[in-house]
Amino acid sequence: MDFVNALVLFSNFVIVPALSYGSQLALGAIGVTLVYGILRFANFAYGDLMAFGTMFAILFTWFFQSIGISLGVLPTALLAIPFAIIIAILFSLLIDKFVFSYYRIKKSPPVTLAMVSIGVMFVINAVVRIIIGPFDRIFFDGQKFIMKANEFKEMTGLNEGLAIKSTQVLTLVVTIIVASILFWFLNKTKTGKSMRAYSDNEDLALLSGISPERVVMITWIIAAILATVAGTLYGLDKSFKPFTYFNNLLPIFAAAIVGGIGNPLGAFLGGYVIAFSEIVITYAYKKFFFYLLPESLEPNSLIQLLSTDYKFAVSFSILVIVLLFRPSGIFKGRVS
Amino acid sequence: MTGGYGGPDIITSCTISVNKGEIVTILGPNGAGKSTAMKALLGMLNLREGKITINEKDISNLSPQDRVKEGISFVPQTRNVFTGMTVQENLEMGAYLRDENFQDTLNEIYRLFPILKEKRNQFAGQLSGGQRQQVALGRALMIKPSVLMLDEPTAGVAPIVMDELFNHIIKVRETGVAILMVEQNARQALTIADRGYVLVTGENKFSGTGKELLNDPEVRRSFLGG
Repeated sequence: MDFVNALVLFSNFVIVPALSYGSQLALGAIGVTLVYGILRFANFAYGDLMAFGTMFAILFTWFFQSIGISLGVLPTALLAIPFAIIIAILFSLLIDKFVFSYYRIKKSPPVTLAMVSIGVMFVINAVVRIIIGPFDRIFFDGQKFIMKANEFKEMTGLNEGLAIKSTQVLTLVVTIIVASILFWFLNKTKTGKSMRAYSDNEDLALLSGISPERVVMITWIIAAILATVAGTLYGLDKSFKPFTYFNNLLPIFAAAIVGGIGNPLGAFLGGYVIAFSEIVITYAYKKFFFYLLPESLEPNSLIQLLSTDYKFAVSFSILVIVLLFRPSGIFKGRVS
Repeated sequence: MTGGYGGPDIITSCTISVNKGEIVTILGPNGAGKSTAMKALLGMLNLREGKITINEKDISNLSPQDRVKEGISFVPQTRNVFTGMTVQENLEMGAYLRDENFQDTLNEIYRLFPILKEKRNQFAGQLSGGQRQQVALGRALMIKPSVLMLDEPTAGVAPIVMDELFNHIIKVRETGVAILMVEQNARQALTIADRGYVLVTGENKFSGTGKELLNDPEVRRSFLGG
């Protein structure tokens, strides 16, 4: 029984949260990795693009709530996402047209484009704070839990409960749908294949008649969709605060690099690697060992490797270690 | 054709022509402007004088992409396959500009290069050098070009593979495509070529059929090593 209790405890505080957090990072990391693969620069503005998309999801949610539209048990934000996506796409294309395209046509080195993206990041950052403010916003509505800890305890008679929030399930379902469509698009459609070709070998793609403007445009569209979806899911699950989104840039980049930058499938898996590492390392195992060890060995400290305040240190360490030892990513890298 | 990269002209009054079903090879010492001449035909270089025509149509002012549509297909010397894509996907990318069904062309390529059919689901990056060159040729042929341009197709492959590749190039000629290639292996290239041009400092120095050039004492002395 103690073993089952320990397992439930671990699921409740590590596995379930890491799966949903990992999905949110995974979607973001695919966006970063696609932009890197096609446009060949690290887009530091991505975290703030997520905040921008989420902000519009919130604004539309408020609008729908004010005119009395809701989805019942599901959060209204789901209805708002498509509208927010459209605005995020237009915004991305506009930034590309007025900022990035200039440096692309000039064939500036990637580091220049990365610096430019930092500038864009500050601008988006400010725009978001001007429109919605720097505060924490909770925009979740509908039914909060699919299973409450108490219900689980009553159902199973265990000491430990397993709580499953509806946002966690929602995150997983939406991630599976979005990722499936995306990988189908990249691997099976002509346009998707032309994107992979362009990312693989730009010169040869041009010789094959693939239009770079079109590939770049579609990349921004996909990046904006992923940013809005990932950002909104994160905001629903936790809360929306512009600064948090800026902070999330680090784990998202770590996920993209762990998976081998430019490799969408790697970035997807990398999201989960980072999420699990962060949560496994910052979880306090006292109670977990309390169930598993005999009384004489019972721990009297928290058995926490790192305080949760340091969870970004985990991403950062992974980032540095991967860059030092496996710069092409921990999964089987691109063949070349 | 006369032109260069903005500084002095690299090629001066250089003339190159190729007919359907013919292999023409461009030879010359290093720095003679062989690759530059090729780039000029592709539109990657601005001409100061002269013009480029294909099927009697003047394409001198078209962008490289528009020239692909007019039927010029190019196989670069290096990085000429999409390494992270399967052989079949490489071929499909070659037909990117074609909207109609290209299954016939695909079958035709598989008939010319049977090994590609066998390995169609493998990543091109995992193939051997000779097989990669076949993928590269196949990709370029998918657009059904009038002119196929090859930049040193046998550079860096083993001699035995080289003979096989030349055989493949001859097979491609039989499909009625005009083939223009720059080649370092001058002797072999001239053996399979119908005609050849020898460029020196950007000008036509010699030209003639493959046999004539092979037997020309001056060409032999200067470029074929006696």
